[in-house]
Amino acid sequence: MGIASITSISAVLMILGVVLILVLSINNAVLDTKLKFDEVEVFLVDELPNQSMDRIEETVREHPGVISIIFRSKEQALEIMKEEWADEAYLLEGLETNPLPDSYIIKVNDIEYADVLVNDVKTLDGVEEVKYYKDVIDKLLIFAGYIQFGGILIIGILVFISVFIISNTIKITVSSRRREINIMKYVGATNGYIRGPFIMEGIFLGMIGALISIVIVYFGYQYFYKSMNEKLYDLFTFYLVDPKLIFADLAIMFGTIGSGIGALGSLVSLKRFLNV
Amino acid sequence: MIKLVNISKEYRNGVTALYDINIEIQKGEFVFLVGSSGAGKSTLIKMLLKEEGITRGRMYLDGADITRVPNRRIPYIRRKVGVVFQDFRLLPNKTVYENVAFAMEIIGAKPREIRRRVPLILSMVDLSRKASSFPDQLSGGEQQRVSIARSIVNNPPVLIADEPTGNLDPDTAEEIMKVLVDINNRGTTIVMATHARDIVNKMKKRVIALEDGRLVRDEEKGGYSIEIPNI
Repeated sequence: MGIASITSISAVLMILGVVLILVLSINNAVLDTKLKFDEVEVFLVDELPNQSMDRIEETVREHPGVISIIFRSKEQALEIMKEEWADEAYLLEGLETNPLPDSYIIKVNDIEYADVLVNDVKTLDGVEEVKYYKDVIDKLLIFAGYIQFGGILIIGILVFISVFIISNTIKITVSSRRREINIMKYVGATNGYIRGPFIMEGIFLGMIGALISIVIVYFGYQYFYKSMNEKLYDLFTFYLVDPKLIFADLAIMFGTIGSGIGALGSLVSLKRFLNV
Repeated sequence: MIKLVNISKEYRNGVTALYDINIEIQKGEFVFLVGSSGAGKSTLIKMLLKEEGITRGRMYLDGADITRVPNRRIPYIRRKVGVVFQDFRLLPNKTVYENVAFAMEIIGAKPREIRRRVPLILSMVDLSRKASSFPDQLSGGEQQRVSIARSIVNNPPVLIADEPTGNLDPDTAEEIMKVLVDINNRGTTIVMATHARDIVNKMKKRVIALEDGRLVRDEEKGGYSIEIPNI
């Protein structure tokens, strides 16, 4: 009887935990990405005259939010590429001419506001292409938003179902105490007095459910984190959020929500089955 | 103590249970409520206990108008009206002592007060020796006495007994009536709904008779039925 309630609360909380970790990790990733992708790369036409180059540098430096502007020659670019390619670098050895362009690497303090800069620079003489990653970040943000919304929706539905399950579970206790409750009413007990023990029972079930799920989620996530974190970074270049950091908040959240569902379930049960 | 003025009760499906009832019961009275099944006795009692609402009219208890009362105040009204049922309605898992103490716990009485008063009440109904017994170890009469004890332990001004002798044999019934009379003599107003013809006839208390929802007789020192003189 209590098992059904505890199980459903645990299930809700575990899913909540997973969604939360997902949301936190994605938020982390977005922040990370914003920090990393704080560069605008301006690709130059080959053999650009100094005058044009000066024009470009001036225009950029005049922009607010620009932290630095560095020139990267095509030779430097090739070297960097060889480093990045590491094991496959030998493929680059066979190149007769350097296909990479000269470029300016511009650091901005917030990639979100780089639009104006990009528009100004694009039209300058000698600029072949301007590359910046705002679109990537925007997509990430939208993606993160969907996940958050979806997560909250799922949790909302699960909480609703949970309350329903618990109210039915507690119904059994309520029904079996129907006689006692009736007598209480005749003798003049207030509704609050009658509800008390049932609500405590609900909260108790909720806390047990919370305890079980926090243990499972924490140790499960720790294991996942240890085994998958590096791999995920290699694949998607972001890190999962550290379990130790979120443990305390997660525990409090689980405890609160668990008790809340338990108490609510009791109240609903009393109202539905006994009109108390 | 209890006053019903033009009380009517109509159910949603159109059935009228009570028509224009006017009753006034003074403090300390002992009143029998008689009438065949369906006459309206239960409805009247339910209305006094605020289990049913009043369709028309006004009702007063101990001076206060209790015609329409918000739900949260109902428990406090019920604390003024002790009630005893035909089927005793004791808690099977509690001892005699605990069953009576329960009524005091519910209204928040202090443990010391409970320890003082419960034994007193138990001796009043002559059950001191059975304080640790459970309901299933008691006879019908004893169970009813526990029920009565519980109903008066908080000293309500009114005691309503709904067929209290219905499940008892005649001798035991008489014992119970003695207890009720004793309580009445100590000042509690008693309203007893009953089919027990002999008891009513013997005791010669005020009799209020209902028939088809109407008040047909209100007689001091009355009998169960209207007495037809021998011709």
